[in-house]
Amino acid sequence: MSIKVAVAARNVGKIYGAGAAAVNALGDVSIDIQQGEFFTLLGPSGCGKTTLLRCIAGFETPTSGTILLSGRDITHTPPSARPVNTVFQSYALFPHLTVADNVGFGLKMQGKSRSEVASTVARVLDLVKLEAFADRLPAQMSGGQQQRVALARALAPAPEVLLLDEPLSALDLKLRKEMQSELKRLQTETGITFVFVTHDQEEALTMSNRIAVMSAGELLQVGTPRDIYDRPVNRFVADFIGETNFLVGEVDGTAVRIASGERLDVPLNGQTGRVTLAIRPEQIKIGTVPGGLAATVTDATYLGTDTHYALALSDGSALVARVQSRTGDDFAVGDTVGVTVDASAVQVLKE
Amino acid sequence: MSGPAASKRPRSNGATGWLLSAPALILLAIAATGPLFIVILYSFLEKGDYSGVRWILSGDAWFRVFFEKDIFDGTVSLADANLAIIWRSVKLSLATTIITFGLGLPTAWFIATRPATQRAFWLFLITIPFWTNLLIRTFAIMEVIRNQGLLNTFLLHYGVISEPIQILYTDTAVLIGMAYVYLPLMVLPLFAAIDRFDFKLIEAGYDLYATRIKVLRRVILPIIRPGIVAGCILVFIPSLGAYVTPRVLGGGKNMMIGNFIELQFGQGQNWPLGAALSTMLLIIVLGSLVVYMRVSAREEPHG
Repeated sequence: MSIKVAVAARNVGKIYGAGAAAVNALGDVSIDIQQGEFFTLLGPSGCGKTTLLRCIAGFETPTSGTILLSGRDITHTPPSARPVNTVFQSYALFPHLTVADNVGFGLKMQGKSRSEVASTVARVLDLVKLEAFADRLPAQMSGGQQQRVALARALAPAPEVLLLDEPLSALDLKLRKEMQSELKRLQTETGITFVFVTHDQEEALTMSNRIAVMSAGELLQVGTPRDIYDRPVNRFVADFIGETNFLVGEVDGTAVRIASGERLDVPLNGQTGRVTLAIRPEQIKIGTVPGGLAATVTDATYLGTDTHYALALSDGSALVARVQSRTGDDFAVGDTVGVTVDASAVQVLKE
Repeated sequence: MSGPAASKRPRSNGATGWLLSAPALILLAIAATGPLFIVILYSFLEKGDYSGVRWILSGDAWFRVFFEKDIFDGTVSLADANLAIIWRSVKLSLATTIITFGLGLPTAWFIATRPATQRAFWLFLITIPFWTNLLIRTFAIMEVIRNQGLLNTFLLHYGVISEPIQILYTDTAVLIGMAYVYLPLMVLPLFAAIDRFDFKLIEAGYDLYATRIKVLRRVILPIIRPGIVAGCILVFIPSLGAYVTPRVLGGGKNMMIGNFIELQFGQGQNWPLGAALSTMLLIIVLGSLVVYMRVSAREEPHG
């Protein structure tokens, strides 16, 4: 096993301002990003994900801790000396330079020869399918094209790590979907480590090899999309990634007694006291009574492939179930149904 | 029937528009070109006995701008005195432009990087000198740099110098005065350009391996170029025609072209020469504008 670490953060903290006005943007973040992976920093705005990215890029110096790039300490290295490039949220293309000159800027600054710059620019423009636009100015291009130029510009110097700061947030939905697969393709083709910042959980799930979920300057969970979705470590992660039902209950022997008084057999992992059960809507099965928890259908929404049922348990606590639509076994508002869940599909979270 | 009428209406509107604005346009045309025309005309006439002109066509004034005829043997030589004054004017104006740019860029940068709420205050400070009469401001500068003035008194008191430095009535004094007077004209267009500048581009530059100097040269300066061009033109042109500042701070002997022209209309009693010199000044300004535009056009990206 020789998985090499491309970027490592060791106990990185960042405090803006001082005294009473100090803002703790990053708590004490330690993270290992492996070489060649598509790594996503995911969290709501203000969670510190962009601050961490800017610390890796060199635009911010951490208040504490160190940043390592392939094992070298680069905490105090200026951005111009880091083999790391950034794709900015606003693209930040040089408006006075043509597309080709934008893409060649980094290479020129590295002192590459004129012919080498020209051939690399041509190759990278080809990679992002913008060969025909080399002589345009950024202002003469659409948002999606500018996005590709920004990508090409950051990829051209062949950085060890490519940092992407919410690069797709300015694009419309269709273009965003397109660029998602485009980014994934570029990452696979170039083999460069991508560190991608987003607040869009769906984007994170579809694109990443691994995801780090952040909140309030803290790292909550790092794992593959499946890990994060199926095994969220706490209520925040479960709630942030996808839709989740939460049921509060108390551990009672080997089962959990929920508010409605019913007992559910779930994997407890030695937890005791008050717990929260997280259940994904698609894991809930609905059948006719008796069988499972008794619930009343309060709303049914037919969505083609799926039907969403809003359910109320006997104590009034709400559940959402997503059931694949099949003819014949749909329920109507007011029906009393029996709710069952596979024990393995229930996450027991500490309250 | 409504089709042709509708298509005709904009054109008749345009014609009416021109007709309605004709009085203003004619007045503007006369006011703008009339005096200029008179100046050019006078430069080709003969000088009057005491002042004014005689209505006889003559190239004498233009001849005297460049050459002088010895009153005894009639030999013709270059008019060194005139050319020296023109050259000093160009030199001092260029120096003023460079100094105001050197001081104005950091100033404008400072203002543009303040929080939005504070910018108005700093710009307000920059414009305060405009509220005071130019003559009074120039006398204030005089008070600072004269031999018994603030600067010399201060330096003498602290033993930096043992006797006053003669600044007043030198080119340096004129330069200090002009740089002070024209600095706001440099700062304001620079500020306008920097204010529109996207500071993310600096990060992008650093990120792409550019050093600080290279970010300045390759990213910041090219993008704020319109502000630089505007500031330089706004400073260079009035500097070239400056009158009050060289008169007060330069004394009598360090004349600039503006003072020299005034002399011809006053004591010199040679209106045609004054008119020729004024036209000359105009040609220098136009020439430098053309050069500037050529240069900035050439360096534009070819895209």
